[in-house]
Parts: sequence; structure tokens; C-alpha cells
Amino acid sequence: MTARTGPSRRQRFSRDRFLVLAALPGITLLIVFHYVPLLGNVIAFKDYQPYLGILESPWVGLANFEGIFTGDPVFLNALTNTLVITLLQVIVVFPVPIALALLLDSLVSERLKRVVQSVLYLPHFLSWVIVVAIFQQMLGDSGLLNGFLREHDLATVNVIGSPELFKALITSQVLWKDAGWATILFLAALSRIDTTLYEASAVDGAGRWRQLWHVTLPGLRGIIVLLLILRLGDALTVGFEQIILQQAAVGAEASEVLDTYVYNNGILAGSWGVSAAVGLVKGLIGVTLVLGANKLAHRFGEQGVYQR
Amino acid sequence: MSALEEPSALAKAVKAVVLTACCAVVVVPFLGIVATSLASREDVTNAGGFVLIPRSINFDAYQAILSGGVVTRAVLVSLFVTVAGTLLSLTATTLLAYGLSRRGTVLHRPFLLVVLMPLLFTPGIIPSYLIVKSLGLLDSYWSLILPVLVNVFNVIVLRAFFMELPGEIIDSARVDGAGDGLILWRIVLPMSKAVLAVIALFYAVAYWNSFFSALLYLNDTAKWPLQLVLRTYVVNQSQLGVDQLGSGAELPPAEAVQMAILVLSIVPVLLVYPFVQRHFTKGVLIGAVKG
Repeated sequence: MTARTGPSRRQRFSRDRFLVLAALPGITLLIVFHYVPLLGNVIAFKDYQPYLGILESPWVGLANFEGIFTGDPVFLNALTNTLVITLLQVIVVFPVPIALALLLDSLVSERLKRVVQSVLYLPHFLSWVIVVAIFQQMLGDSGLLNGFLREHDLATVNVIGSPELFKALITSQVLWKDAGWATILFLAALSRIDTTLYEASAVDGAGRWRQLWHVTLPGLRGIIVLLLILRLGDALTVGFEQIILQQAAVGAEASEVLDTYVYNNGILAGSWGVSAAVGLVKGLIGVTLVLGANKLAHRFGEQGVYQR
Repeated sequence: MSALEEPSALAKAVKAVVLTACCAVVVVPFLGIVATSLASREDVTNAGGFVLIPRSINFDAYQAILSGGVVTRAVLVSLFVTVAGTLLSLTATTLLAYGLSRRGTVLHRPFLLVVLMPLLFTPGIIPSYLIVKSLGLLDSYWSLILPVLVNVFNVIVLRAFFMELPGEIIDSARVDGAGDGLILWRIVLPMSKAVLAVIALFYAVAYWNSFFSALLYLNDTAKWPLQLVLRTYVVNQSQLGVDQLGSGAELPPAEAVQMAILVLSIVPVLLVYPFVQRHFTKGVLIGAVKG
């Protein structure tokens, strides 16, 4: 061992024993329910037979990945839906909280601001089951919207059960549930912008819109980049609970995404190996995207998720 | 033109309209749900299903679902899982965050690595299911608690908070002879009440709302928590018959029963929310912005 001043390893153990013991239950749980399942991904390379178990099931090489790389139409459909939904969420859902935060931040009355915040944060704390049920009541066949249309002798629309409207429906559900909550980070970033910058720019003759462009948005840039990177890491993860709840009404064609594919094929239909392979590829792509985006952010001089 | 002047009347009006609309979109559905749950059969028929303004108020739907039967049992299951899970999660998370809160302690780096890695890579549905199955946890309430007992993000938030507490107080306590356990109990915890409240709320909401793990791990419908009952009888619109309800009397309208279950699943969140929400910003930001 290298010569080292300070307490020996044993002394450090006895000095820090409370801290080590305190961390142990949590560490154990993470190992059992996170790291062991990570190893369990080996079944992606096996013909998993439940009665044989993970270790005894025969190896099959890359056979389970075949469908993914040879363009199995069912898999491709799930992948396309996933990407379309992700794109919709980045384009439609992502900017809304920023706009909402700017609007809230510009309110003069602190009290009013707090009331609006409490109302808009609330849906974030409701489960997807509740959100879906609420949307059914509003937009379903016997819901509020159609009740209103019927009363005025207008044509009714079945928003809940039509495949063409499905992606718009789930996008609006995400907005309803989380747009308010997502403002919390932007509001914090806004409150950190140095007010003297506004005063200085006002002295230089900048109007409201120029201030927004030259002071406010640059102040938000770091957090916007951070959240976009994190979103990218989840590019292949889109509203699993939300979709599985509503899949029956619109069918797989419109609604199957990678996560539902894994669940339907693996847990329900018993193709364990193939589903695990899809899950594994999905996870790997997610990590790659986060790391790549982070590198890009560093190149542009942003902090990103972690520092170099 | 000073930019710090009062906004124009037009800007004010536009803001007011937009914000009122946003709030209405959130609030109106709640009012409708409560109204429908309290409505009589006549009201429901007149409205063609969903009632926005009930003409008379009765609590038959609540009486029907709360006097024993499927919904009552599911409420009790959800309450139990939420309370037990939150207590266990809060304890394990606090201990883990505290154990990692001092740099330079033995095992600090390997432990920290174990905690941070899961942020990057999630294990996937299939292997997680297999592990729960091979531990014999299928159809046990533990399957709803143990796999999600420690949320890594919450650990990081709490650890960041602990690390920002003034070190002088802790050092002086140590000089006075207090061990790490006593310091945690007497100094760190009392100073962290607000952030602990927020984290407890996050855990409680996650347990109360947990739907997929129950769908995945509980085949026995008698053990279903409220969210699965909601899915079956409200989202999928299966009818609750007399045998699934507690009371044998005449059934209230199905819509009222459904909305009453929905209200029941929202009320606990509404009860805790006002007490915790003033701490949100503090609790959420430590972890998120400062990282």
C-alpha cells in the first residue's frame, strides 16, 4: 500500500460506521431491484423458458434481435408511433411551460401568481387513471363536449375512440397534466436573472420584446438545454401508463409504442426474449442519446446534465 | 419610454383571459365530477350522462361504495400501501442521503456511484418483472413497495440539502461528543422539515397513484388498490353490480357511482396538497437546478 497519512482503512470504517450502516438498506434495495434486473437483461440473448429460469434457459445469440434489425412491421409500427409522439411532445408540449412561466413571471400581484400556480400544479399529482377518466368525462361519447354539441344540434365527435385523434388526445392530456408543473423550474430560473440587467437594457432603450429576447431568454437557456437533453434521453419512453389505459379504444395500429410492445408481447403474450431485446435496445439508445446530447451541449458552452 | 412602466391595459386583459382560461380548464372538470357524483338519477338522465350543475344533492353514491364491497376494500389497500410505503421510503431515503452527505467518508465514492447510475439506465419491464417474481413477491403488497422504495432522484435532492446545512453546527456538535446518529436525529432532521415534507408528498403520491406495478404484479383481483378499481369500473366502464357494492338497496346511477370513486381517489391528494405546496419550490429546486 502507498504510504498514506491519516487514519487507516479500519479506523475510517469504525469512524464512519453509522454513515455506512445508514446507507446500506437503500444501497441493498438499489442493487436488488436495479442492478440485478440489469443483469437479467441477458434473457435478451436467450430463449427464456419460465420453468427453466434465467440461468438454465438456452442461449440463442442474437436471434431475439432479428425482428428489430430486419424490420418486423409490428416493431416498426411501435417505433414510428414512439418517435411521432416524442416529436409532438418536443414541438407542442415543451414550449408551453416556458410561455406559461413568462406569463406568470410578468404578473405584478404576488398573491394572484400563487393562486394560479397552485391551481396549475395540481393535475401533476393525479394518476394517469384519473386523468384518462377525467378526459373521458369531458370528451367521451356521453361527455360534456358531446352533451353540449347535442344540445345545440351539432354533429358529435368521438374524441376518445378514434385512432386518427389519438396522438392529439394524448398530447393534450400531457399538457393538461404537466404543463403547469413544468413551469416551476423555468420560474426559478427567471427569478435568478439579475434585475440590473433589465434596468441596464431599459436605459439603453430596449423595449419589452427586446428585453425578452436579449435578457430573459438567454437567462433561461441553460435550463432549456438541460431539459431538452433529459427529454432526449427519454425519446423512446412515451406515456406508458397513459397509453396502455387507452389502447383498447383505438387499437394497436395507432397506439402501440415500444413500452406497450414490450408489455403486450412479453408479459401478456410470453415472448420474453424478444421483448427483453427490444427493452435493452431502447435503453441503450436512451443512454447514447443523453451522452451524445450532453457532449453537444458542452461544445456549445452549456453545462449540460453533468460537468466534464 | 421606460420598460419598467406598468403594462398596458391591453396586455393586462390578454393575460387575464389566458390565465383564467388555463385555470378553468383545470377546475371545471373537477366541479363536474363532484357534481355528477352528487346527482340524482333524474339529473343524470336529463344531462345525458355528465352533470355540471346538480339540481339536488344526495350522497347515495358515496354510501353505496363506502359501505363495504370492492371499492371500500380497494381504498383500504391503497391507504395501507401509501402509509406503509411512504414511511419506509422516507426512512430509507433519509438514511441513504445522510450516509452520502459527507465527503471523504469510507465507501463514499462507490456508494455514490451505485446511487447515480440508475439515472442513466433503467432495467426494463421484463427483467424487473422476473426479479419480483423470483423473489416470490407476486400477489403480495410488498411488490408495490419494495421495487420503488428508494427513488434515486429524491435521494439526490435530500443529499444536496443535507450538504448545504451549515457545517459549523454539525462540527460543534461533534466536538461536544455527539455521534453521527445523534447529529442526524437532533440537528439535521429538525432543520430539514420542509424538504422532508415535499419528499414525503412525492412518495405518498407515487404510492397512491401506482397503477402499473399493481397491474403487473397483482393477479389476485381481491388485492387490487384503488387505481385498478378505477380503471376497471370507471375508465373501462364495467358496471358495478349489487354484489360488488356494500349496500343491498337500490343502486344509485352508474355515472354517480363512477364519479364518486373518482372523487374518492382525488380527495387524499387535495387534503395534503395545500400543506406541502408552499415548500415545493424549495424542495424541487435544490436537486434540479443546483444539481
